Amino acid sequence: MTNHWVDIKNADVVLIMGGNAAEAHPCGFKWVIEAKTHNKAKLIVIDPRFTRSASVADLYLPIRPGTDIVLLGALINELLTKDQIQREYVTNYTDLSFIVREDFAFTDGLYSGFDPAKGKYDKTSWDYERGPDGFVKADPTLAHPRCVYNLLKAHYSRYTPELVESVCGTPKAKFLEAAALIGSTSTTTRAMTIMYALGWTQHSIGSQIIRTGAMLQLLLGNIGVAGGGMNALRGHSNIQGLTDLGLMSNLLPGYMTLPGQAEQDYDAYIAARAQKPLRANQMSYWQNYAKFHVSLMKAWWGEAATAENHWGYEYLPKLDKLYDMLQAYEMMLDGKMNGYICQGFNPLAAAPNKAKMTEAFSKLKFLVVMDPLATETSEFWKNFGEHHDVDSSKIQTEVFRLPTSCFAEEDGALTNSSRWLQWHWKGADPPGDARTDIAIMAGIYTRLRHLYETEGGAFPDPIVKLSWPYARREDPNPEELAREYSGRALADLYDPKDKTKLTRKAGEQLSGFGELRDDGTTSSGCWIFCGAWTEAGNQMAKRDSSDPSGIGQTRNWAWSWPANRRVLYNRASCDVAGKPFNKARTLVAWNGKGWSGVDVPDFKADEDPAQGMGPFIMNPEGVARFFARGGMADGPFPEHYEPFESPLGHNPLHPKEPRATNNPAARIFKRDREALGQAAAFPCVATTYRLTEHFHYWTKHVQLNAIMQPEQLVEIGEVHAKELGIKAGDRVKVSSNRGFIKAVAVVTKRIRPMTIEGKPVHTVGVPIHWGFKGLARPGFLANTLTPVVGDANTQTPEYKAFLVKVEKA
Amino acid sequence: MALQSLDIRRCSATTMPSPAARVGATPEVAKLIDTSKCIGCKACQTACMEWNDLRDEIGTSSGVLDNPRDLTAQSWTVMRFSEYENPKGDLEWLIRKDGCMHCDDPGCLKACPSPGAIVQYANGIVDFHEEHCIGCGYCVTGCPFDIPRLSKRDHKAYKCTLCSDRVAVGLEPACVKACPTGAITYGTKEQMTHDAAERVVDLKSRGFDQAGLYDPAGVGGTHVMYVLHHADQPGLYAGLAAQPRVSPLVRLWKGATKPLALGTMVLVALAGFLNYVRVGPNETREEDEQSAEREKERAHG
Amino acid sequence: MADGHSPDMLVRYKPAQRLGHWVVVILFVGAAASGLALFHPALFWMSGLLGGGPWSVVLHPFVGLAMCIAFYTFVRPLWHHNRLEPRDRAWLGAIRDVVDNREDRVPETGRYNAGQKILVWVLAACLIALFASGFVIWRSYFSGYFAIGIIRASALLHAFAGFVLVASVLVHISAALWVKGSVAAMTRGTVTIGWAFKHHRAWFREMIRPSGGR
Repeated sequence: MTNHWVDIKNADVVLIMGGNAAEAHPCGFKWVIEAKTHNKAKLIVIDPRFTRSASVADLYLPIRPGTDIVLLGALINELLTKDQIQREYVTNYTDLSFIVREDFAFTDGLYSGFDPAKGKYDKTSWDYERGPDGFVKADPTLAHPRCVYNLLKAHYSRYTPELVESVCGTPKAKFLEAAALIGSTSTTTRAMTIMYALGWTQHSIGSQIIRTGAMLQLLLGNIGVAGGGMNALRGHSNIQGLTDLGLMSNLLPGYMTLPGQAEQDYDAYIAARAQKPLRANQMSYWQNYAKFHVSLMKAWWGEAATAENHWGYEYLPKLDKLYDMLQAYEMMLDGKMNGYICQGFNPLAAAPNKAKMTEAFSKLKFLVVMDPLATETSEFWKNFGEHHDVDSSKIQTEVFRLPTSCFAEEDGALTNSSRWLQWHWKGADPPGDARTDIAIMAGIYTRLRHLYETEGGAFPDPIVKLSWPYARREDPNPEELAREYSGRALADLYDPKDKTKLTRKAGEQLSGFGELRDDGTTSSGCWIFCGAWTEAGNQMAKRDSSDPSGIGQTRNWAWSWPANRRVLYNRASCDVAGKPFNKARTLVAWNGKGWSGVDVPDFKADEDPAQGMGPFIMNPEGVARFFARGGMADGPFPEHYEPFESPLGHNPLHPKEPRATNNPAARIFKRDREALGQAAAFPCVATTYRLTEHFHYWTKHVQLNAIMQPEQLVEIGEVHAKELGIKAGDRVKVSSNRGFIKAVAVVTKRIRPMTIEGKPVHTVGVPIHWGFKGLARPGFLANTLTPVVGDANTQTPEYKAFLVKVEKA
Repeated sequence: MALQSLDIRRCSATTMPSPAARVGATPEVAKLIDTSKCIGCKACQTACMEWNDLRDEIGTSSGVLDNPRDLTAQSWTVMRFSEYENPKGDLEWLIRKDGCMHCDDPGCLKACPSPGAIVQYANGIVDFHEEHCIGCGYCVTGCPFDIPRLSKRDHKAYKCTLCSDRVAVGLEPACVKACPTGAITYGTKEQMTHDAAERVVDLKSRGFDQAGLYDPAGVGGTHVMYVLHHADQPGLYAGLAAQPRVSPLVRLWKGATKPLALGTMVLVALAGFLNYVRVGPNETREEDEQSAEREKERAHG
Repeated sequence: MADGHSPDMLVRYKPAQRLGHWVVVILFVGAAASGLALFHPALFWMSGLLGGGPWSVVLHPFVGLAMCIAFYTFVRPLWHHNRLEPRDRAWLGAIRDVVDNREDRVPETGRYNAGQKILVWVLAACLIALFASGFVIWRSYFSGYFAIGIIRASALLHAFAGFVLVASVLVHISAALWVKGSVAAMTRGTVTIGWAFKHHRAWFREMIRPSGGR
């Protein structure tokens, strides 16, 4: 979230799209109700199904799964055509006036630089023109034909309300009603928040859908203001913390990145990331990359990370390619990955195409499962009748199950969607032989280290030189780890401007990432968490809910990264002169000498607004980008591509260019492409999702949840059911080209048939949650059906739009 | 449900008035369920089971999202989902938390034959004390909302207690505590009525012209009230009674009939006795025997 | 000596019939006590007879059902004695004299007088009503099959029929205690010929006919 849960109460319009907050985030959803009750907010829900969120919405728009960019693009077109944009905001705080390189092109759905053989783009042309000073060229009058404004306008002029009706199946009148309401927040005193979740993420164009939403918010001036923002609802406890700490194959903590194979040179690695400003007097905060990086390396390798060895740069793996989960399973199948440690993850259930997963796991030599529950993954080798029909005698994989504690059985911090690190305390001891994940990982590590120390190996240094300063080597204390990721001074620190002034004594906790140094005198395991545990103690454990602002800025409740800042980009809530656009919801303001307010300013604290520094300090431009430059894998402007399994089989925007039917840069392997189904055999669009009664594949192990929703179901529209002769409560078989599930049919008015390009298309709702383990009635894993296709940027599988057929079981 | 420290206003199957010294001073309470804020998450159902130590069986799906499908002795509240296409052609998904309405004039209490099995506290809560329940099911017959359920296990009647045990110590009911959206609130009936009025204004501003408070007068008002978008059509909400009242049959059964019939029976017994005293025993006298003997001899000639 | 061999005695009820009657009585007491306990709070103490409220609820339907069966078994052979005849009208017309214990003014009656006949029919009717409505309100097994309106009506009917039954039985008991010799008829089985002569002269005559009684 750019903003936070409580701030949603400040919204005037709430747009829930690509998510079902009421169902999947019921506790946070209270703030939507709060906005409706006390701020007269209007709630718009756009979803393929009439969801629990829609049940309390003022306006509901149906949409065909996977066509969000068409609808959002059309909204952008509407705002631009009707000039319902926050002009002061977009002209000063975004790149609309910047001029794009002449060789940038977009033809027949493909951007310049496409390499069809690799399915990748050469992104050189996706950039601004530079002046002789190296800064970007701009035309503040927005008249230049290649300024971002005109390119944007031209790009989305194709996205019309008529196209929305024909491609998304959304009635035009409803679309225009929503557009008017959304457009009403282009004033300085009204704000819209966008709440989204995996309904946007889990598409082959997921990242671009989210970007389109962000662009909409930028046009309306809704980023950085109270009641606005792009708010990703994180669906797992601490999934925000997972990305923050860089638990992706290509990330380091704090959104730093691992070097690629070509980046053998440390200085070049840093230089590529410590971006220099693209305009005069811009902050370009990533210029400090080396400080964050060196502090990380000091946290990891301590004394072994020295200036001489480039702070242990050689210890870091250099990626030849991404090792995301889709890649990993592909490698297992090819026999290139023989062992797998599965921690807090149930991939047999959670990854797409269960048949492929079963085959992949069957080829492993060993599989270690760390989980509080007996997951399906840990018993993938066992036959469970029609729910999981395998021949155990043919599977040689050795499976180790290591029972872990669950969240309530350990101390620690969880990061919520609001970016708040909230410390929690153990409520009970773990049962039986269960141990904390920390203890298990530490146990594995100390044994590995011992092996390397005694037996040597190809490259023991990264293991044996790892800093391991914990009092209990086999079971580090969560508090030690928290202090470590927050960071401390390794030597006495002096004020850089006044070398005689001691600012921090060696060994003290740091107060924030502003104190980090690139000379090895500081350490911080995750620079954005720096300040979570200061000399004043554990900031994450704060529990003061007082809100003097009245707008939900509870700064003494837990600790929010970065720097306890509650609303990101909050400088943008003020006009160019530093006065709040909306006085009633002031976050920060320029007081003549500095920036202050109820939030921590996301800006240089003493920067006079007259100097022209932009509010988007992480970008070298200082402004927000409509034109993504090289930031995206699949194009600088979001473009609609059909899901890989599409009922149309072509892209309505580019019917003549088959290469532009689906995202040309998406992650797809050959055998997975072959496993795709066609609309002729599988005519219905299916989408998977959660029900409020359950959480993923966990709560089917819990009696109360199992009582609330005991048996596997699929949702089918009334009209569709009638065509098939299916009544509510009948058992149905839902098949894709990869397998089938059987479940009870919920026949509902909440799913209506859509007319897409003149032809009827039915949507089938497939809730996840059931499987062959647990207390709820045994069922099929929903991901038996889903295709193995990943988003071009995040490699997140396309769980939300695929093709199936439905028949009576 | 259990030992309580709340004052009793009314008690089942008693001919005596309950202690009345505090009547009028104890504020009446109410739970307000705002259907326009309810997202059907079933947190209330779960909280109810947790607080009251109930575990219903793990059932089956019947092709709707409602589950457990109906109220049971272990499910004192259930969400009921109704899909309604309004005249504009738009779909509305009306979700109602069903459970005891805590009528001010409770039909269950009226019908209950077991002294003290059903009580109404001074604050308006209607509570079942299962230790006095005899399992006759008259409360089911008396209830205008079809709420009480007899347990198959112990043949006692169960229903929502409005968490009288929590309320007695100043806590809100468990469902209120658990409701994530504030759709369920709890307080004095006066305050809840006032809050509801504000909600109605908001709903009317959103085009629900017939929004209103459900506090049916037919049962003397209820201590569980609904804010409805369509107060003119409560039936849309999974058949919520439009004009609930204790059935006239039940009123007759448990009203006038009782004293009249008892009086009549006493009178009959009394009449027999008094007539006996008045006219003396109806005895066969010696002359009857002789007359009979004579007649017998005559017959046998 | 008391079972009809004495020339001055007439057999009114054979042993099996007496047993039948008292079985009905016992079952009636059980059903009535448990029923009345649920009927009015002032009578709830009666539930103690069957072991308390819950046991009353559990046993009442079974006892009641048994009573119905016992009653019909007992009464069926006596059906034909209870057909209403024209002379019953005259008896009813003289009800004032019956109550005033001036039986000499009352028209003669057969084995049963009109009051007894009406009583047996009322009891029979009440039991049918109780039987039918009792099934509907028998929570443990049958209520689930009926709509709430039917259940409510049945509860009312059950209570009403029960009330009429109990009231009628009270009349029956009063009469039995009042008319001396009646209890003996049901305990020993015999009445004196004088008793028969006085209360049931037509029956008496029938019994003393040579072809009649024993």
